[in-house]
Amino acid sequence: MSRSENKSSAATRVSSFVLLIIFVTLALALAALVLAIYLYNTAPEIAVYWLLLGFIGLALSTYVLFQTRQRILRLRIETPPITTTIECRKCGFKSVREFQRGDYVFKEVEPCQKCNEKMIITAIYREVREKSKTPSFPY
Amino acid sequence: MAALTVLGSQLFQLPGGDIFSQILTLIIYAFIFISIFYGQRIQLYIMLREVEGSLYKLKYIRDEGRRIAIETIKEIGKPQTDPTARVDRFLEYFTIAPQSLDPAGVVWKLEHILDVRDARFKDEVKLIAPAADETQANNLENTLEAAMALNYIYKVIRHYYLLGKKTLSLYIIMQIQMILPLVMREAEAYASALKAFAYGQPIGDGVGALVAAKLMHGRPIRKLPKDCVVAEVLIEGRTAYVIKAEGPGGNVGKPGDAIKTIIEENEGKIANIIMIDAALKLEGEEVGEVAEGVGAAIGGPGVDQFKIEETILKYRIPINAVIIKEDIGDAVSPMRKEIFEAADKAIERIKQVILERTKEGDKVIIAGVGNTIGIGQ
Repeated sequence: MSRSENKSSAATRVSSFVLLIIFVTLALALAALVLAIYLYNTAPEIAVYWLLLGFIGLALSTYVLFQTRQRILRLRIETPPITTTIECRKCGFKSVREFQRGDYVFKEVEPCQKCNEKMIITAIYREVREKSKTPSFPY
Repeated sequence: MAALTVLGSQLFQLPGGDIFSQILTLIIYAFIFISIFYGQRIQLYIMLREVEGSLYKLKYIRDEGRRIAIETIKEIGKPQTDPTARVDRFLEYFTIAPQSLDPAGVVWKLEHILDVRDARFKDEVKLIAPAADETQANNLENTLEAAMALNYIYKVIRHYYLLGKKTLSLYIIMQIQMILPLVMREAEAYASALKAFAYGQPIGDGVGALVAAKLMHGRPIRKLPKDCVVAEVLIEGRTAYVIKAEGPGGNVGKPGDAIKTIIEENEGKIANIIMIDAALKLEGEEVGEVAEGVGAAIGGPGVDQFKIEETILKYRIPINAVIIKEDIGDAVSPMRKEIFEAADKAIERIKQVILERTKEGDKVIIAGVGNTIGIGQ
């Protein structure tokens, strides 16, 4: 089973017009920064304005570009790995493998490698790794 | 007049000698003007954009749901023709709740409507996926229901978004924008449920059924109405009738009917009923926390809860509940390890209740409620 499946759809596509605006703004912002460097020795008070304009343009375009990328990343349905635990009730032999279609709890599966007794599926679950264990509210 | 001219010239005088200062001042004035007269409209467009972003995501989830459902049907059901058109028709199905102006008897009317809906769904799945066995058909039915829920959520949000855009009403947009985080959470939960249903994996909601399955495993079972099974298990010297929906296909059964049948078979001589179900946790509570209380622990439209309450009232049977806490996302997505482990804690709690509330030789009913997908018996 794949970890994530992402099919190109209208929702995941980014408008080329938006991309064009982002890159034009980015180019203009870079031009403003270059101009500010050139003007720094001759007219420093004007260079400051160009510098400000350049940085604002740069920040805005990178922010919008980042947001667009984030939207695509968010549009994925994550399917976490599911674990199946198989146990031999006679000798206690245990094996863990990835979930396979058709597995269910208490299903009899292949014979035990040790005692040849039929093994059963005793657990099917997914493990979730919490991002942060410490709660933001301390009570 | 002269005073006004002076005031005006002072207010709109552009300070600073250079052109950039003057441009900056003009920008600030323009900003104040726009904020005063168009502030609300700007806020409206920001909200609309936020809703639009979520709508994109909902559309993606809806389309994925539809795709997964169609692919699973093709894979399992081996239909002769392309099932796409039939699936699309299925996604638009609706159920009209019975009229409750005169509430007497509304439960039976609701039950009938739900039975008709259930039968219709089953027939439809048989037609779409002729090669699917009973378990697979139940799983497919659940998959289609999840896809249907996603389709409905998308359509409702789209309706309010377009309505808000058309009327430019801040209040319509505001309402939808405020509930959007909760709606998105629910949609994401259904999205993860889709895969679980398609593959037949146990879900968080099935923890009640898992507890019952653990108690009855290895004992002879018999079928009960409707879609339920029961096993007689000796626990601490008491005879326990352990009930659950018949697995491993996606099925919740009718625990109300099953409990009623067992009570009537024993002429009401049941010392206690213990119901186990998954319950929604509050934020801050741990996933898999086990809690105990009284009452019929069963969700759904309320028909089964009503039947259980009617029957226990008739015979004056005490009823206890053991719940396992989880959030909406955990309830419909593949079962988490914490929830799976909580089943053993719930069994311990059940034994404790039996010891404290009944005496040796008594008969008790233990009903594990929830969707038994991926859980046998």
